[in-house]
Amino acid sequence: MAINAASQKRLENSKMQQYDILLLRPFALVGRSVINGVNHLGAATIFLCMAIARVIGRKQFFKAVQQVYYIGARSITIIMLVSLFTGMVLGLQSYHALVKFGAQGAVGSLVSLSLIMELGPVLTAIMITARAGSAIAAEIGIQRISEQIDALHTMQINPLQYLVSPKITAALISFPLLTAVFDLVGIVGGYISGVMLLGLNAGVYTHSVKAYVEMSDITNGFTKAIVFALIVSTVCCYQGYFAHMRTDGRGAKAVGLATTSAVVISCVLILVSDYVVTSLLM
Amino acid sequence: MKTPLIEFQNVTKCFGTRTVLDRVNLQIYEGEVTTIIGLSGAGKSVLLKQMIGLLKPDEGTILFRGKPLSGMKKKEITSSFAQMSYMFQDNALFDSMTVYENVALPLRETTNLSKAEIDRRVLARIEQTELGDAVNKYPSELSGGMQKRVALARALITDPRIVLFDEPTSGQDPVRKNAILTMIAQYQRKFGFTAILVSHEIPDVYFISNRILALYDRQIVFQGTPEELENFDHSFKDEVIYSLEALQKELSGLYSKRQFEILNRAQMKRKDFGEKYCVIIFALEELNKIIEKLGHDAAQEAIHAMGLYVDKHFGSLGGFSTRNRLNEFITMVPYSDLTDVQIVIQEFIKDFQEKGNNEIWALCRKLVPLGECVDLNILAGVAQGQPFDEIDSVIETARSQQKEIGRLRCMERRREKR
Repeated sequence: MAINAASQKRLENSKMQQYDILLLRPFALVGRSVINGVNHLGAATIFLCMAIARVIGRKQFFKAVQQVYYIGARSITIIMLVSLFTGMVLGLQSYHALVKFGAQGAVGSLVSLSLIMELGPVLTAIMITARAGSAIAAEIGIQRISEQIDALHTMQINPLQYLVSPKITAALISFPLLTAVFDLVGIVGGYISGVMLLGLNAGVYTHSVKAYVEMSDITNGFTKAIVFALIVSTVCCYQGYFAHMRTDGRGAKAVGLATTSAVVISCVLILVSDYVVTSLLM
Repeated sequence: MKTPLIEFQNVTKCFGTRTVLDRVNLQIYEGEVTTIIGLSGAGKSVLLKQMIGLLKPDEGTILFRGKPLSGMKKKEITSSFAQMSYMFQDNALFDSMTVYENVALPLRETTNLSKAEIDRRVLARIEQTELGDAVNKYPSELSGGMQKRVALARALITDPRIVLFDEPTSGQDPVRKNAILTMIAQYQRKFGFTAILVSHEIPDVYFISNRILALYDRQIVFQGTPEELENFDHSFKDEVIYSLEALQKELSGLYSKRQFEILNRAQMKRKDFGEKYCVIIFALEELNKIIEKLGHDAAQEAIHAMGLYVDKHFGSLGGFSTRNRLNEFITMVPYSDLTDVQIVIQEFIKDFQEKGNNEIWALCRKLVPLGECVDLNILAGVAQGQPFDEIDSVIETARSQQKEIGRLRCMERRREKR
């Protein structure tokens, strides 16, 4: 009898343990994810600081110029195309919305302020992430898995200085410039749809832009562009640089996953940081 | 006592739960060629990567010129590693850069040399490694062998004091394997660097190595000269060396030195008093001149072809051969006297000059500039011995008897190339 009672108790205990495990599993999962996220955040911050510390150095200028060409100059066409249609859509939508209140004269200010304060920096950052950020992550990832980064170490060339710092410098230069291009072409897009297609007065449109856009709006937009530049360049370089340490894939698969992560994380962080920066600047 | 250049003291390295190196102790001395041999996945590359700081040991100490790396200041560590160069197993070439840019990269990034000086050094190194035609090509446009040579050129461009070669001959055909090993040996003599190799090429690496380290079962089980390895009694020999030697025999038709000695001893035991045997020493004269004028590939092609032809002719007589030095073969022909052997030598040289010559130059990729022809002189010396004679003295007699028996004419090669 005593043996039966003991075994019954053991059985109950083991059942309780199983329930505990089942109940605790979601919390453990969340905990692990948070710890993992914090680890990566810390590592990426250190990575960024180390790369920024090496921004200035011999021959860094030429490498940065080369990267400005790859990240910036080669993104101009796509940025112009996207911004033109964004501006046109904004002009179209705002005209039809404002005409109901007889306020169609405000189309220019609505288009320009939306572009300068929000859409310009955000869409530029997202477009560069898609075009150049993914390429950066893939390029560095391939260099990592084919031991090219190790080869740099053995040649006494600092890989962060050689590969990462010029890209961060280039992003810091390119993002605000491309944002400016986006804003400008977007306003032209609004002009095309509002003035040329919908018959709004050209003088009213341009006056509205001039009257309502202030310098602080432009600097706020550029501040966002700089923040996005740091985020995108760090995330993309970081994902590629540590592609070999991924637990979910090896080799070419790891590079593919690193590229996907780079784009997804960059886009999410752009939108999250957009809110944070906007609330700070308000 | 000589202080080792690099010393491992009880070094342990684990990856997750897997222990790759377990309390490894080794010494590497300056100015020598040291080769680390072992099975694939034994941890040879891990050893090499720890030497250059790409990996850090989990336990134990690595000493550089007697000083532990862990106790050095950052500047000291950097200056220690700056003396080293590393040639990766998969070359690790920058695929977006041309051959020239790959080789020039370390000079451009780590020195203040002028563009003209960088050009001069890079082009000289490219020429030395026979890559003159590939200067503006990208790695993906080159063969595996050429990529290896680009990696070698890049590793040597900074004139390092220590060069680490991680399987420099992997993925190469037997001729190119030997060509790369000869190139390493030649440059090591020329520039005087310390070479540390990871290789499977047994027994070829014996010819160029001063010391051999055997990595087996996560530990260094042997450190010593290639000759000492011959007498080393350990299960490592059964598993690694014998199997690799058997493969080598399959590929080249030649026995390793150790196999040659075993065969020789067995033959001597079978012989009765009065029975004779012959030893022939073949050599290709002025190999260095051939390397200089025609390149390593041509020289190795010639050596390889000669080995095959020697085996073809003397193997049918019951003879067996081994490669003794870079350019020398020893052939033992039991149950034959001098007259028999002289006849076979004549047949061999005729065949080798007619067919072998064409094969060599058909495979040789480098055109010889007019007026710079190098004839390959074939030397042979024969000596007769009896079972009671010391084999070494018979070999020495054969060597002293060496004379030219034929030439592989340069003119024929140029005609072949056309």
